[in-house]
Amino acid sequence: MSEVITFLVAAAVILVGALGVVTAKNPVHSALFLIQTLLGVAVLFIVQDAHFLAAVQIVVYAGAIVILFLFVIMLLGVDRAEDLGVDSVAGQKPLAAIVGAALLAGALTFVLVATDGATGQGPAESPTGELVEQRLDNGLTDIERIGRVLFTDGLVSFQLTALLLTIAVLGAVVLTRSMRRSDMLDDLEPVGTELGSLAPAGANDEHETSGHAGEDEQ
Amino acid sequence: MILADLVLTSSYYLVLSAIMFAIGAVGLLVRRNPLVMFMCVELMLNAVNVTFVAFGADLNDVGGQISVFFVLVVAAVEVVVGLALVVAINRRLPDATADDVSLLRG
Repeated sequence: MSEVITFLVAAAVILVGALGVVTAKNPVHSALFLIQTLLGVAVLFIVQDAHFLAAVQIVVYAGAIVILFLFVIMLLGVDRAEDLGVDSVAGQKPLAAIVGAALLAGALTFVLVATDGATGQGPAESPTGELVEQRLDNGLTDIERIGRVLFTDGLVSFQLTALLLTIAVLGAVVLTRSMRRSDMLDDLEPVGTELGSLAPAGANDEHETSGHAGEDEQ
Repeated sequence: MILADLVLTSSYYLVLSAIMFAIGAVGLLVRRNPLVMFMCVELMLNAVNVTFVAFGADLNDVGGQISVFFVLVVAAVEVVVGLALVVAINRRLPDATADDVSLLRG
């Protein structure tokens, strides 16, 4: 029963935060509502005995990703209100509402129509206490179980994420490097000269940035 | 009390997750600020994470939590590259919204 109450409170927090993200006019407010939603999801993870993921959710999502959002909002100075009353495409909001309702209806159909529980593993009312017993019988915490699977079955995937993160760091450095004035002026010139003048300069830049990034990692 | 009779099953989590996903999708379609659109994508990713953990707990399989781990990594990568793109676009087009970046439109 206490689980149900925890779930309902967390669900209310999550849904209020989610609606806030979508409806807040100021991007800063959207980011703060997003933190509220992420904390609610972390509570749900704890209810489901996923303690490691709850900690990672708070540290990585609320602590790093949303702060990155706020950092970019402040850096660009775009923390002004957005006019939500104007549709940039005719009928955008009604169409979006229809798409959202269709998504919701489709997802809910699968959940509510299922007779053997959501996963097809017997009746959904199977006592949850039994599952908890099984988990404790393993004698492993969730961190140990995740670690065992991650470093055996998921080893290749795990190493690929390292490659992915490296590529992302390089991409961020290349995309946000400070442009020289000549690069900006190239926009104003005809296309033919732009191609000729940019190619060698761009190639040199690539080498420079990747060299710097490599140094940083070491 | 009515709550006393309720048992928390994975269906509760799936319904909540469906609502979260729909809210995120509508926000992605309605908002024009690219930063807020990214936040809506994060909302949708989190809805899927809730689903993964609920299924994992239901089947007593740690694979659901492994999936969430990878989703977290990919979400972080997506945010890093996406925000770098936003910064790069804002240098050339200050006050750009998603509608202004239509150079590739056929």
